[in-house]
Amino acid sequence: MTARTQTAFRSAPQKKAKRIPWWLSAAVAAIGLLVLLPVASLIRIAAEGDAEIWPHLIANVLPASIVDTLALLTGIGIVAGSMGITTAWLVTAHRFPGRNLLVWLLPLPLAVPTYITAYIYVEVFDSAGLVQMALRKAMGWTSRADYWFPEIRSLPGCILVMSVVLYPYIYIAARAMFLTQSASMLEVARTLGASRIKLFRIIALPLARPALAVGVSLALLEALNDIGASEYLGVRTLTVSVYNTWLNRGSLAGAAQIACVMLAFVIGLILIERYGRRDRRYALSPKRHRTVHPVPLTGGRGWTATLLCTLPVLMGFALPVSFLLRETLRGGLLEQFDAEFLAHLMTTLGLSVVATGAVLALAVMLVSAARLSKNSLTQGALFTAGLGYALPGTVLALGLMTPLVGFDTLIGTLWRNLTGERLGLLLMGAAGGVVIAYVIRFLSIATGSLSAGLDRVSPSLEDAARTLGASRREMVWTIQIPLMRPALASAALLIFVDCIKELPATLLLRPLNTETLSTLVYTYASRGRFEDGALAALVIVLVGLVPVIQLVRSAEARPKVAESPDLATGSSSA
Amino acid sequence: MANISFARGLLFGAAALGALAGSGLSASAEEALNIYTTREPGLIKPVLDEFTKETGIKVNTIFISNGLEERIRTEGQNSPADLIITVDIGRLQAAKDYGVTQPVKSEALEKVIPAAYRDPEGHWFGIALRGRVVYASKDRVKQDKITYEELADPKWKGKVCIRSGQHLYNISLIAAMIAHKGEAKAEEWLRGLKANLAKKPSGGDREQAKDILAGVCDIAVGNTYYVSLMLNGKDEEQKKWGEAINVILPTFEGGGTHVNVSGLALAKYAPNKANAIKFMEYMVSDESQRIHAEANSEYPVKAGIKVHPTIASFGELKPDNVPIAEIAKLRKKASELVDKVGFDQ
Repeated sequence: MTARTQTAFRSAPQKKAKRIPWWLSAAVAAIGLLVLLPVASLIRIAAEGDAEIWPHLIANVLPASIVDTLALLTGIGIVAGSMGITTAWLVTAHRFPGRNLLVWLLPLPLAVPTYITAYIYVEVFDSAGLVQMALRKAMGWTSRADYWFPEIRSLPGCILVMSVVLYPYIYIAARAMFLTQSASMLEVARTLGASRIKLFRIIALPLARPALAVGVSLALLEALNDIGASEYLGVRTLTVSVYNTWLNRGSLAGAAQIACVMLAFVIGLILIERYGRRDRRYALSPKRHRTVHPVPLTGGRGWTATLLCTLPVLMGFALPVSFLLRETLRGGLLEQFDAEFLAHLMTTLGLSVVATGAVLALAVMLVSAARLSKNSLTQGALFTAGLGYALPGTVLALGLMTPLVGFDTLIGTLWRNLTGERLGLLLMGAAGGVVIAYVIRFLSIATGSLSAGLDRVSPSLEDAARTLGASRREMVWTIQIPLMRPALASAALLIFVDCIKELPATLLLRPLNTETLSTLVYTYASRGRFEDGALAALVIVLVGLVPVIQLVRSAEARPKVAESPDLATGSSSA
Repeated sequence: MANISFARGLLFGAAALGALAGSGLSASAEEALNIYTTREPGLIKPVLDEFTKETGIKVNTIFISNGLEERIRTEGQNSPADLIITVDIGRLQAAKDYGVTQPVKSEALEKVIPAAYRDPEGHWFGIALRGRVVYASKDRVKQDKITYEELADPKWKGKVCIRSGQHLYNISLIAAMIAHKGEAKAEEWLRGLKANLAKKPSGGDREQAKDILAGVCDIAVGNTYYVSLMLNGKDEEQKKWGEAINVILPTFEGGGTHVNVSGLALAKYAPNKANAIKFMEYMVSDESQRIHAEANSEYPVKAGIKVHPTIASFGELKPDNVPIAEIAKLRKKASELVDKVGFDQ
């Protein structure tokens, strides 16, 4: 009797699953430490300085730049948030003219880097830009004083530009959420006669909350990381203050101190977001769900929906791309496409592919370990992984330089002692630094996506596997990884696009004679000849489109598999 | 299927990285010169190509804007950097202050470059000058003379455009004002200028010319070479911006026009020191000064070299008498002043 009880105990899943092999623990710890490297180095730089910059900052800089930063972030949160949620809801729960096409078009702005859109918006909407000049010609106005036109180089302009680029983060997250939520709730509400608006308010919005939180926080971190666009548009965010302190007042330590405060602020936000979600569980039962059955919107309503969904695509994608096309053709830039350009393209692809692969491998390890064993090590490492994304690219690069060179120097000294030759810099000299920066910066996209993917898998699946005697390895390979595959694919694509677009860290860490497409665009822009970089910018967008379209394809393919039998049952029950 | 192409991608990427690593390491094997530059390499490419043709020395470049000095400092003794090319006295002085430069003793350089445009200890050398000047609307501004002080005159209320006060070009101008008038007077001037602005500072120097064309403002502050780039580029729209303005070379009361330098510094641990010095001396040769002036529309630092015709049309440049090393020291104060008067708000 006792013996049998003991056996039963030993095979209880929660007992055994708590432990993970030592090598996995070590790997998890190493990943956490890797992300902490630049943070630690940043704190060290900050500690080297005294507090002399603060009285000046508090008196003259911070009040305004905190207000500007908060206004910018709130604005983007509201504008991009409502764009993303509204469009996702419209295309998911309704049928209207152009809907099938819009599902494909809505995520496309993701492929356009923010700084490129900012430049283009100034070229097009500025006082001497295309639109205003055309208006003047048409209306016979001669001076800016003759008419009113919104100012693009302003805080609202900056909010608009960033929102049309960043809303897909929210759209994608929200649509995935809407698609996988049970349709029954909606149908009950519909049957009870709830209006469309009410449906959206009482069902869609609450359901989308976690997606909204993830999407908005990604978008806001992107906005906070940005320096080029906001400075160009005349918005003085905290990030701009970091740069001014560093460059004009020669105080790297002071800049690091501001960056540390910003980081603390971001960590606070992440914690609040976690706390807000603490006891909500979004696990789906293993039983297959029916997806939302779209209702048709007819007449004026339908066309309104079409318009609402078309506008973001026009502003975030069609406008920038057609401007780049125009400049490419007008400037005869196609001749730039030579062997050298091709080499830059290859560098861009090579770095992005390697970094994406590395991020995925590390993220799978981290997330699986955290799922198998929820101890303080795995949870801590998972949280730490989120920090990289919160560091502005240049700050991350500055923080990484010391450890990278430290490693290089160590190897170099060893080499010299062994062979008597000068080796030079290994990581910094050969783009290793760039890859490591990408990994640290984008790791959280993968861990976030994978955790979210796994969280929605009911633990009972794994419990069942354990009960059937599966080993930990079998659980990872036969249950977790297959279940993570969709999330893995979408994370891979997002990270790849982000790597291609990445500018500040690439600029600071790349080796001699090495350009990526984005540094190429920056090169032209800093010469004051942004238009000449149109071809490079266009290629960034085109290369980015491939994974974005792939992303849509996989996202759209999944529900269809589930949809066909569901629709059948749906109609038979109707 | 997706997995196969992904694996292939990885393989391809690894190969690309390997090639990169190879090129990075082999760069030190041949006669080479490694240039770290905050100037976009396209701007100096004509000179670089000519140098390689003449000497057979292969030039490797990396263009970094912010953080160039930090990178060289962090790379330390193993840094491949031989030569630093940068603009603005602020950056040149920062390189020296960071301890990433070493002194050069060269008669060729000292003979050509006036003492005002090089470091007394030889840590940096200016090779070309640019003026920070006033762009004035051809239609709406009749005067052909102006002082920097006058920019704060209420008669220009709502008529002035300028880029961010924190941009290094403006920081140096404001530092020069502090050098001339003292901090209190400079602050008053900056407040006056701020009160005259037609719009919040944003964009670059070219956007200010564009705003004049659009009638947003009548005068703007910008660098000399931008005007030449606008007028002589192939872009028809930009020609219009350039054609909308006259350039007035302003002066300080009792002084001259504010100029700044673009210059060179030898990196502290330069592995190809001899090549770097050869290049520095080449940069002040008649030929390269001519190519440089032609390609960039900067004022050549060497006497007797012709300036670009567009630049020459502005009239004769009378550089201000405040030593630029003095300006470098006042930059921090200037930056704080910009914050204090809320110039960019």
